[in-house]
Amino acid sequence: MRYLPKSDAERAAMLREIGAESIDDLFSVIPEEYRLTRDLNVPRQMGESEIIDYFKAAAEKNAQAYTSFLGAGAYHHYRPVIIDSLVQRGEFLTSYTPYQAEITQGTLQAIFEFQTMICELTGMDIANASMYDGSTGAAEAVMMAVRVTGRDDVLVARTTHPEYREVMHTYAQHQGHEAHEINYAPDGRIDLAALDEAVTDQTACVLVQSPNFFGIVEDIPAIADIAHEKGALLIVSIAEAVSLGIVRPPVEADIVSIEAQSFGVALSYGGPYCGVLAAKEKYLRQMPGRLVGETKDTEGRRGFVLTLSTREQHIRREKATSNICTNQALVALMTTIFLTVYGKQGMRELALQNLAKAKYAADALGKYGKLLFAKTPRFHEFVLQTEETPSRMNARLMEKKIIGGLDLRKWYPELGNATLWCATELTTKQQIDAAAAIVAEISVASAAR
Amino acid sequence: MATTNGFVGTTRKVTAHLTQNEPLSFEKSSPGKKGYKLAPLDVPEVDATALLGSAARDTEPMLPELSEIEIIRHFTRLSTWNYAIDLGMYPLGSCTMKYNPRVNEFVSRLEGIAEAHPYQPERLSRGAMVIIKLLKDCLIEITGMDAIALHPAAGAHGEFTGILMTRAYHQSKGNPRKTIIIPDSAHGTNPATAASCGYQVVNLKSNAQGGVDVAALAQMVNEDTAALMLTNPSTIGVFEGEIHKIADVLHDKGALLYMDGANMNALVGKTRPGDFGVDVMHLNLHKTFSTPHGGGGPGCGPVACKQFLEPFLPIPFVTLGDDGLLHWSSDRPQTVGRVRMFYGNFGMFVRALAYILANGPDGLRQTTEDAVLNANYIRKKLEDVYELPYSTPSMHEVVFSDKRQTKNGVKTGDIAKRLIDYGFHPYTTSFPLIVPGALMIEPTESESREELDLFVDAMRQIAREVDENPELVTSAPHSTRISRLDETTAARKPILRWKGPETDTVEIDTAAKEW
Repeated sequence: MRYLPKSDAERAAMLREIGAESIDDLFSVIPEEYRLTRDLNVPRQMGESEIIDYFKAAAEKNAQAYTSFLGAGAYHHYRPVIIDSLVQRGEFLTSYTPYQAEITQGTLQAIFEFQTMICELTGMDIANASMYDGSTGAAEAVMMAVRVTGRDDVLVARTTHPEYREVMHTYAQHQGHEAHEINYAPDGRIDLAALDEAVTDQTACVLVQSPNFFGIVEDIPAIADIAHEKGALLIVSIAEAVSLGIVRPPVEADIVSIEAQSFGVALSYGGPYCGVLAAKEKYLRQMPGRLVGETKDTEGRRGFVLTLSTREQHIRREKATSNICTNQALVALMTTIFLTVYGKQGMRELALQNLAKAKYAADALGKYGKLLFAKTPRFHEFVLQTEETPSRMNARLMEKKIIGGLDLRKWYPELGNATLWCATELTTKQQIDAAAAIVAEISVASAAR
Repeated sequence: MATTNGFVGTTRKVTAHLTQNEPLSFEKSSPGKKGYKLAPLDVPEVDATALLGSAARDTEPMLPELSEIEIIRHFTRLSTWNYAIDLGMYPLGSCTMKYNPRVNEFVSRLEGIAEAHPYQPERLSRGAMVIIKLLKDCLIEITGMDAIALHPAAGAHGEFTGILMTRAYHQSKGNPRKTIIIPDSAHGTNPATAASCGYQVVNLKSNAQGGVDVAALAQMVNEDTAALMLTNPSTIGVFEGEIHKIADVLHDKGALLYMDGANMNALVGKTRPGDFGVDVMHLNLHKTFSTPHGGGGPGCGPVACKQFLEPFLPIPFVTLGDDGLLHWSSDRPQTVGRVRMFYGNFGMFVRALAYILANGPDGLRQTTEDAVLNANYIRKKLEDVYELPYSTPSMHEVVFSDKRQTKNGVKTGDIAKRLIDYGFHPYTTSFPLIVPGALMIEPTESESREELDLFVDAMRQIAREVDENPELVTSAPHSTRISRLDETTAARKPILRWKGPETDTVEIDTAAKEW
């Protein structure tokens, strides 16, 4: 086996030195009845070229060379080449959690830079070293708010990603807190009147996503006022982190939960992505996950170290702020490199391009359907209502190798034949025009009928 | 090197060399530099304020402004400050720091795999579903369980899912029960998980051999017990020889046996948890199945279970339809629900499957045998200089204690730091908690005899230094960029982000800030 660095002679010699007659001596502690005496029924050992052929064949069964207008929590942005060059360095790829600070300063300094960047983008004071993803991060943020406030009622905007809401429900069910959903108003934003009515002095937190699942930017200051008036925390969940380049940071929030996949992370059929929590400094002790801090060594030189670990499971066990151990470190490094590449100006320019492309796409497609919530500020996603059913429209688009908007009927049946479209800096005018032309065919036909 | 008299070991594996200084990216930044170039906008430009109104961003984030070559050097220099498996043995016990094959990285970046959107239509996702199906089948065969879900993002997330399933199962019988029994040798994630699923933790004291005290367990288990969370082999690297009795004790009272699969690298191809009474367990693909640790993640923690627990697995799941094709389904009425968005860390599924295909049944078995051989070799070569608290046979890792060294004022953490000077990553220190001053060493199968011998040599020389020159060890490391860090101040006065100068036009004298 090519990964194993020993010859049979070396194995035999080592066994002799141990004083074992055969390798099975070392497994004799396993009761005989449970020893596996046959080969595992898995595919035979393959050569490297065969492995590549296997995955190439699988990859070809997936969409390739399609134009896609899908977003909805997973976004197709350009990934600068140097991200992959750098994260494939063995010193990043094959090291582990930086418990031994003297020989993991590279990882530690990069995480410190990551934490700083997340604070800068969100307007929060502190950020952790990453969570699994945006959905579990949101669930952990809710649990954090419950701990901070000692209250157990949770209000969640119905325009939060439906899968995030499901995950929050899964996490909440045995925590003794309950989540209630607040519907959206006709403008696609959270219904402020309904929210105002629902917030009580038992409300631990209000969680909204912004831009929300419809791509609409929420009125964060207004929501914060309502939550804070009753002493509840405001959690803002951000599924499209690139929006922070052009959208006002949610500075009124108490906790911000981000999915940072947009920062240079491959779509990869849904993971691995990169969640991260940011918060006001006063909530530091309730923050889950790893934190890197700056300190000095015995000679007074600057260094970085994992810190405040008394919040964590390996010290606090059942009293920890979370059970999280392994996080998404390498993916957080990818996002750090991405943010270093784009920098201060690039993030704005990139976000602005997304805004422009989506505006053009919404206008182009809006001619052949109804653009919902058209007057409300949005980032790079929009909801299109058509006469034709989403499945039929998308089937026609697919014939031209275009993946159209996401069918929303499963989650928002009240919107009728609604689809959620996304355009990013990678979507070209030509692709948008092509999609609009195909959507137009049926619209023109039905108008003639 | 410290100037104390006495024995100073010879570091055969390493020679000191220069590493480059590198400030924070923010400190290198200067206005107007760019590391990117966007394609020209092919649609009309827009006015952000007109479109977003008061929701438009009016402050600029303080992000660095650097050119591409500076960014490459920045992160490359940082990388050289890390130790890694690619550089040498990384015997961090319980973490299974094995070789991360590069073909795994290659195939995970194929276009149809890396660019697959989670919501793209099923008929354009069949390649992803085929990969998921084959990985599930392989892992079910390897564990001897009946069903599996790949969603959890890490081991602790797998535990969370498995204990939620345990709860849902008991609930379906009318009573979720109240407690989870956890041995005192367990990983901290186990009690933290039990608590997050609404259970009280009952601590089970290990017996004189460091294993489960079956008699004590039998007294402890009752109708309130939901499950025992057991790591097997245990965190001292010992197989629970009475595993079936343990399962019987639990099952007699209707409780479940949960297995923390952190140590599966000792079992693959040699025995199967499903065969020795485990009801539900998680795997760590980033340990046993070679997906890269990446400085602390991403991981992947699939949950496998027996058939009676399958109805409670998370959604969605891949199923074979009447049309003979794979489909996503959420038709699982008793499910614990969705534990994360989409389907899991798919990129890790690809890597783990590539590893299984590269090994085949013979390679997987040989891997396990070599991992156990390596641990026992280290044990044999060091047991005369380091205290072995439990004489029970070792599997894939060996745990010593610093009992003999503490007489000279040297603790496990000091020996670990000194090991750095010899060119090795330290073992896991001070865990498991049942061994005071533990040295937990897991070599994995990836080490050659030459590397093991260098490690043994280093550990033996350190033992001699402890006897003859203890200060050299307690003040280690001596060869790194920085010496021991002030962790107390880091925690008391946390500095968790860089704060720049008030205005970004100030010229930063980076030289003065360098170490």
